Amino acid sequence: MISLKYEAPSSLGDAIALLARASGTSRVLAGGTDVIVQMETDLIEPDLVVDIKKIPELREIAVENGGFRVGAAVTGMELTDHRGFCRAWPGVVDGVKLIGSMQIKGRATMGGNLCNASPAADSVPALIAAGAVARVAGPDGTRDIPVEGIPIGPGKTSLSKGEIVVSFLFPPRPPYSGDAYLRMTPRTEMDIAVVGVGVNVTLDADGVCAAARVSLGAVAPTVLLVAEAGAALVGSRLDAPALDRLAQAAAAACRPIDDKRGTREYRIKVAGVLAKRAAALALERARQNP
Amino acid sequence: MSRKYHVATTVNGDEYEYLCEPQQTLLDVLRDELMLTGTKEGCGTGDCGACTVMVDGTMICSCLMLAVEAGGKKVETIEGMAKGEELHPLQRSFLELNGSQCGICTPGILIAAKALIDRNPDPTETEVRYWLAGNLCRCTGYDKIIRSVLAAAKEMRGA
Repeated sequence: MISLKYEAPSSLGDAIALLARASGTSRVLAGGTDVIVQMETDLIEPDLVVDIKKIPELREIAVENGGFRVGAAVTGMELTDHRGFCRAWPGVVDGVKLIGSMQIKGRATMGGNLCNASPAADSVPALIAAGAVARVAGPDGTRDIPVEGIPIGPGKTSLSKGEIVVSFLFPPRPPYSGDAYLRMTPRTEMDIAVVGVGVNVTLDADGVCAAARVSLGAVAPTVLLVAEAGAALVGSRLDAPALDRLAQAAAAACRPIDDKRGTREYRIKVAGVLAKRAAALALERARQNP
Repeated sequence: MSRKYHVATTVNGDEYEYLCEPQQTLLDVLRDELMLTGTKEGCGTGDCGACTVMVDGTMICSCLMLAVEAGGKKVETIEGMAKGEELHPLQRSFLELNGSQCGICTPGILIAAKALIDRNPDPTETEVRYWLAGNLCRCTGYDKIIRSVLAAAKEMRGA
């Protein structure tokens, strides 16, 4: 490390300006559970680290137009301790709860989990299934883009120089809505997803599925939004044939690699199985939410 | 060389000031600058929990926080757990029930266990096991650690 500079601006404008005019390698520091590991293991040697945790709008959980706006630098612990958010989005909370140990959740953020752009990030399938919209601020202004528009490959995002993910907007919840995230790992804790599935459903008053979003993690270079898998549920009561169609659509969308955690064939098989289980859990939660 | 940053922070209720380089972690500074060597380094990448400390009431891995980030924060380490000569009930329980063998993981586990009991005075065995999933121990097989935590929680509840 030749000369590292640390900055902790208290306004978004200052943070953007620092990143926009930086030469060399710069990194945004939120919880640091990926960035500091990459620095410690010499994977990256940044010239500038911009700590965004002193910027108020990145640290807030607020109600907005009947939904929630969650700052990108809110920690996992803060989010999972927020009763209102946990009631509205238990599936997103499922995903966040699986990010590392309690110590890691004391620092790790959804913004970091998304921008680290791991295909196996645990909160991202749940965010995508939820239909969360990321607010991105940069030198050319602010734009709102669906979460699935941020990762473009392993470790790569669509953000341009100077851009920061500020917050996530979760839409208002219609009655009879529920979400769930499940992941497959060889052990229950402290592991990286072999497959992760987020499912978000809304039922009508008769219990028929009116809307569904399904997202798969760890089976492609980016977390996937699988429209066909959601469509397989709409119009059904999430009965066995609909769940079978869901599993087929989920498996068909997988483009996984072989690695030490699972073979290609195994991941494809598990994606279907896990999608059915996550849909069943989302259904159970939706029924309890009149 | 990177420039040095001046940081003022509180550790176990005492005010400290130090100069650090931006890439130094809180763990580096606690051990090498403040000579508070009770906090241990295991993996250095947030996997093992040996370096667990409290920062503003939240438990974190001190290897994954930059020392410069600790400005104005309240840091609590294992050195602050006993009150003078009087051990914390968790420390006594670990001694009595052999919750510690080689001892490297023990400070981190004590900090993590105290954080759990402060939130939840009556945890189940399952809750203790999940809460401590980020603290690795290569000696005990965990069973004596879990028993030590449950016994201390019981004592602290006055049960």
